[in-house]
Amino acid sequence: MATIDNKNNFSKGTDLAVIILYFLMVTIGILCIFMVEYNPNANWSSSLVTAKNNYSKQIYFALFCSLVGIFILLTDSKLFTAFANIFYAGGILLMLATFVIGKEINGSKSWIPIAGGFNLQAAELCKIFTALALAKFISKPETDFTKIKNHLIAGIMIALPAVLSVMQHEMGLALVYSAFIFAMYREGLPPIILIVLVSFAILVIATLLLPPGILAIILTAIAGLFVLSMIKRFKKNKQTILITIGIWAICFGTVRFAVPYIFNNVFECYQTTRIYSMVGKEYDCSKNIKSASKTGTAKVKKPDDYNVKQSKIAIGSGGFWGRGFLKGTQTRGKYVPEQHTDFIFTSLGEAFGFVGTFTFLGLYLFFLFRLVRIAERQRSTFSRVYAYSVIGIFFFHIAVNISMTIGLFPVVGIPLPLISYGGSSLLTFTVLVFILLRLDADRQMVLR
Amino acid sequence: MSVYNSNRGGVIQIIIGVIFILIVGQLISLQIISNKYKLAADNNAIYRKIIYPDRGIIYDRKKRALLENSISYDLVVIPNETKGVDTAMLCSILNIDKEEYKKRIIEAIIKNTRVKAGVFEPFLSPELFAQLNENLYRFPGFSLSERSIRSYPYNTAAHVLGYVAEVDVNFLKKHAAEGYEMGDYAGMTGLEKQYEPILMGQRGVKRFLRDNKGKIQGVYEKGEYDTSAIAGRNLFTSVDVEVQQLAEKVLQHKVGSVVALNPKTGGIIAMASSPGYNPNLLTGSQRRKTIGRLLMDTARPIYNRAIKGQYPPGSTFKPLGALIALDEGLITPSFGYNCFGLYTACGNARKCEHHNAGHAGNLQLALANSCNSYFLQVFRMAIDNPKYGNAKQGYLKWKEYMNGFGFGRKLGIDLPSENKANIPDTASYNRDFGGARYWNSCYMLTLGIGQDRMTATPLQLANSMAYIANEGFFYTPHFVDSIENENEEDKNLLAAFRKKQVVTKIPKAYFDAIKEGMHDVTVYGTAAFIKIPGIEYCAKTGTAQNPHGKNHSIFVCFAPKDNPTIAVAVIVENAGYGSVWAGPIGGLVMEKYLNDTLTAESQLKADNLSKVDLMPQGIKDWYIRHNRNELMTPIEYNNDELGDVWEMEVVSSEMTPKLIKADTVKKDSVKLDTAKKTKKPTPPLPKKRNKETILPNQDKKKKVLK
Repeated sequence: MATIDNKNNFSKGTDLAVIILYFLMVTIGILCIFMVEYNPNANWSSSLVTAKNNYSKQIYFALFCSLVGIFILLTDSKLFTAFANIFYAGGILLMLATFVIGKEINGSKSWIPIAGGFNLQAAELCKIFTALALAKFISKPETDFTKIKNHLIAGIMIALPAVLSVMQHEMGLALVYSAFIFAMYREGLPPIILIVLVSFAILVIATLLLPPGILAIILTAIAGLFVLSMIKRFKKNKQTILITIGIWAICFGTVRFAVPYIFNNVFECYQTTRIYSMVGKEYDCSKNIKSASKTGTAKVKKPDDYNVKQSKIAIGSGGFWGRGFLKGTQTRGKYVPEQHTDFIFTSLGEAFGFVGTFTFLGLYLFFLFRLVRIAERQRSTFSRVYAYSVIGIFFFHIAVNISMTIGLFPVVGIPLPLISYGGSSLLTFTVLVFILLRLDADRQMVLR
Repeated sequence: MSVYNSNRGGVIQIIIGVIFILIVGQLISLQIISNKYKLAADNNAIYRKIIYPDRGIIYDRKKRALLENSISYDLVVIPNETKGVDTAMLCSILNIDKEEYKKRIIEAIIKNTRVKAGVFEPFLSPELFAQLNENLYRFPGFSLSERSIRSYPYNTAAHVLGYVAEVDVNFLKKHAAEGYEMGDYAGMTGLEKQYEPILMGQRGVKRFLRDNKGKIQGVYEKGEYDTSAIAGRNLFTSVDVEVQQLAEKVLQHKVGSVVALNPKTGGIIAMASSPGYNPNLLTGSQRRKTIGRLLMDTARPIYNRAIKGQYPPGSTFKPLGALIALDEGLITPSFGYNCFGLYTACGNARKCEHHNAGHAGNLQLALANSCNSYFLQVFRMAIDNPKYGNAKQGYLKWKEYMNGFGFGRKLGIDLPSENKANIPDTASYNRDFGGARYWNSCYMLTLGIGQDRMTATPLQLANSMAYIANEGFFYTPHFVDSIENENEEDKNLLAAFRKKQVVTKIPKAYFDAIKEGMHDVTVYGTAAFIKIPGIEYCAKTGTAQNPHGKNHSIFVCFAPKDNPTIAVAVIVENAGYGSVWAGPIGGLVMEKYLNDTLTAESQLKADNLSKVDLMPQGIKDWYIRHNRNELMTPIEYNNDELGDVWEMEVVSSEMTPKLIKADTVKKDSVKLDTAKKTKKPTPPLPKKRNKETILPNQDKKKKVLK
C-alpha cells in the first residue's frame, strides 16, 4: 500500500540529506575532473556541448545516473528482494561472459563493450548484486547467522565474484568484496574472526618489514611467554597448549611459506613491488614466477612509486589553504598519472589544501554516518544488511583510494566514489545509494 | 532479528572514525607540517628561463666600439622529441656521421636531461643556418636558438679586452652565489673578466609552467614573479684604437710589448703584447679550433706581456736611481763623476760606454750619455747612506722608494692577474751572501743600472715615466675612465684610479734636471735619430742583459717635454739595442697619439718595422717542429706570407742605422755577468758611436737608397 503511495509521490520518505550529499559529491567530482582537464587555451564551453572531454562526459554520465536514480525511486522496493538472487546469478554470468566477449583496457580484461563507445565493467555491477544477494540470504528466516555454516555460505557468495575479478586482473575490485565483512559483522559474525583477520594482516606486514629469522624468534618468544604466564591454567587444560602451539605453527608457516608464496607466485610482479614499496623496500622481480614466465615482454616503466610520489607532491604542495582553483601546477602539468580517475583526490588536495581535504573528508564522514543511521533505523534485516553492504563498499573505496594517494596504502586501482571519472563506477554507486534510499523510504514495510 | 547486535553499528562508526583520523593525520603531515612538497611541485612544474641581457660594449676614448655584440645561432635539441627526425639529411647538412649524431644526443641528455633543450651544434655559420632553417620541419625536436656573441670590429686589443667563454665547474663553484648556470658565458680574462658584473648586467628570469613531458604550458602566474633583464652597461676606456692598432702592427713578428698611457690621468692609451691573436678567433665557432692552438703555442700568444712579462729595466732605470739620490740629499743635479770608461770602485771593473772626460760631469750629462759608472756610484751612495747606518737599512730605504715608484708591487691596473715583477728583498741577499753582515752595496752593484735581480713589467716602466713626467706623482694606470650610468658602487670602484699617488716631494728643480737629461737623450743621445715631427720629448733607452739569449731592447719616453700627455714603455725581447728596435716603436706611438696621424715617412717606417722578424730562433724552431707554417700573429693588416720575412729583414737592416747591420756586436753597453766576472769583455764599441749613428739618421733615406 505504502509503495503505491510512494509511486505517486516518490520523494516522500526518501532521505533528503543523502540526496543532497549525493549531488554535492557528484558536482565536486565534475569540478575536480574539470580542474584536471582544464586548458587555458581551449574553449571549455564548446567542449562541454561536444562531450569530447572527460568532464563533459562525466556531466552526461551524471545526468544519466540521475535518471536511473529517479527510476529506482519509482520502482517497488519488493522488486529488490524478489530479484536479488536472479540479479546475482545474472551478474556472475555476465562476469563469466566477460572472459569471452570482454575487451582489454589498461591490462584488465573486465570490460564489456556496449553501444556508443562506452564500456561496462561487470565486476562493478556485481557489487550491487552481491549486496542484494547477501541481504537476501541473511534475511531469510531460516538463516541463523550465528552458525559457522552460514558464515561460510555468505563467504562463498562474496568470494565468487571476487575470485572472478582477480582472474580478470582487477585486484582492486576483488579487494572491495572484503568490505562485506561490515555487514556480516553487524549481523553476528563473531569478532574473533575480525581479530584473527587483523592479526593476520599485521603478521603479513611484519613479514615484509622484518627479516624472517628475527620474526620467527619474536613469534616463538610471544608463544613461550604466553605459555609461561598461563602455566597454571595449562596444567588443567592441555588443550590450550595444543592450540597455542597450533597458532604458533600457523603463524610460522605464514611467515615462512605462505606470504612468500603469495608474493612470488600469486601476485603479479608489479603488485608485489607496490606492496614492498609501501614499506620502503625493493622487490626483486626475478623471484616472481609470473614475471619470470614473460620476461621478454617486460617493459621499462617509470619507477613504481612514481604515481605515489607525484600524488603526494600534489597533495602536499596544496599546503594549508591550497593553491587555488585551476592553479595547481602538478595538475596543470599532468604530473599525476590517472589523475582524473583513481588519483582525483590529488587535484582537490592541491587546489584547496588542507582546508579543502578536511572539509571534503568531513562530507564523506557525514555521508557514511548518515548511512549508518539509516541502516540502524531499518526494521527489515534485508534493508539493514544491504545498507551495511553499501556502507562497507563506500567506506572501503574511500579509505583505500585516499590512503593510496597519500601513501598510506599500496596503489590498487579503485575509484573514489562519486568523484572519480568513469560511467561504470558512477552508475554503480548511484544504484547502490538509490536502492538504499528506495528501501529506506519503505522502512515501515516489512521486507524481511 | 539480530537486535542484540545493534551496538555493533557503533563499533562500525568507531572503525570508520579511526580510519578517517588516520587519513587526516597523514594529510596534516603532508600539507601542513612538511613544506618539501611545495618545493618539489615547483621543481617539477616551473621552468625558469633565463633571459640574457646584452653584454655591455667597450669603447675607446673617441667612443669607437672596441667590441660589439652580434647574433649567432645554435642548433638545439630536446632529445625526447626527436622521433621521426630525418637523421640522414641532418647529418649530411652538418657533415657528421650517424655515430656522431648519436654521441651528441647522448651528450645533450647527460648535460640537460631528455626534456630540456641542449646545444647540438653551436655557432652556426650563416649558410648552415639558412639550410637548417629551411628544413627544420624535418627535424622535430630540433630548433634554432639565438645567442649573442662578441665581435671585434678593429681586430685589436685581444689581451686587454679578454674573452668570454662558457663557465666551467670551477667557475660555478667560485661564483656560487651569483646565479650562473651550466652553459652560461662569462668573461674569463682581461676587461671582460675584471668588469664582468657591470658588463653582464642583470639576467632576467621568466617562469613558465611545464607539463610532465617538459612541454611549456604557458606563463606561470601571468608573469607575476618574472624579473626583466637589465642590459649590461658600457665601459668607456682611455684606449685609442688607432694607437693600439699601430702598436700591435709594429710589434708583429717580434716578442715584446708596448704600453702607452696618459700621465695626466693614468688612462692607458695602448697596451700591446706580441705575439698576440685576433680576438675574433675566440668567438663563435672559431673558438673551438683556435683556443687549443693558442694555449699550446710556445710563444704564448695569450699571455699579456705588458702586465705579466718581467724584464730587467736596464738603463731605463737610471733616472729613478738619480731621483732617489737627489731626494735623499746625497747628490745635487750638479753632482759629477769622473768616469774614464770603467767603474772599479768595487774591485772588478764595470764597463761604461764612454770614457771621454766629463761625459758624466753632471746629472744631465750623465743621463744623456747613460754613464754606467755615474749611476753605479749614485746607487752605492744610496745604499751606503750614512743616515741609515748600514747597507741593509740603506737598501730597505731604496726598496721603499722603488715600491713607491710602483716597482716590485702590483700597480692595481684594472686587469686580472697583473704581475708585481721583482724588487728583491733583503732576505734574498741574506740567503745568498750568508747573512746581512756579509753584503754591501758592491754585492748588488748592478741594481744601479737596472740589472741584477731587479725586474719590472712594461706597465711599471710606463708608469715610472708618467711619474717623472708629472714631476712627483702618478695615477694608477687603468683602462676604464667611466662607466655608463655610473652609480655609487662604480664610483668607489673607479675612485682608486682617480686618486693622485704622490711618492715623495722632490723639488721641481731635480725633476727638471732629470727631464733635461732625458731630453738630451733625444737630442744627441742614444735616441737622437728618433724624432717626432714638431714635438720635443724625453726618453731613455735600455739594453737589458738577460739569461734568455740576446739582450732585450727597451725604450721609455714621454712627450711633449713640457706638459706631457703620453708616456710609453716598449720592450722587444732578444732584439738587441734599445735605441734600434724599441726606440722607433715608441717614437711612432707617440707621434700617432700626439699628432693623430703619421707622416708619410713615419708610415713607411711603421710598415717596414712591422715586417721585421725578430722572433727568437727557439720559437721559430718550435713552429717548424710542430708544422705550423704560420705564426699566430693574426692581425689582418699584414697580408705578407712569412716566407717574405727574410727579404724584409734585408730591407729593415738597410733602413735602420748602420750599427744594427753590425750584428756582430752581440753584447750591449752594460757588461755585468757577476758569475763570470773575469770574462774578457767583448771589444768595446767605437767611441762616439752615438754621433755616428745620429748623423746619418737625419738623412736616412739616402742611406737606404745607397
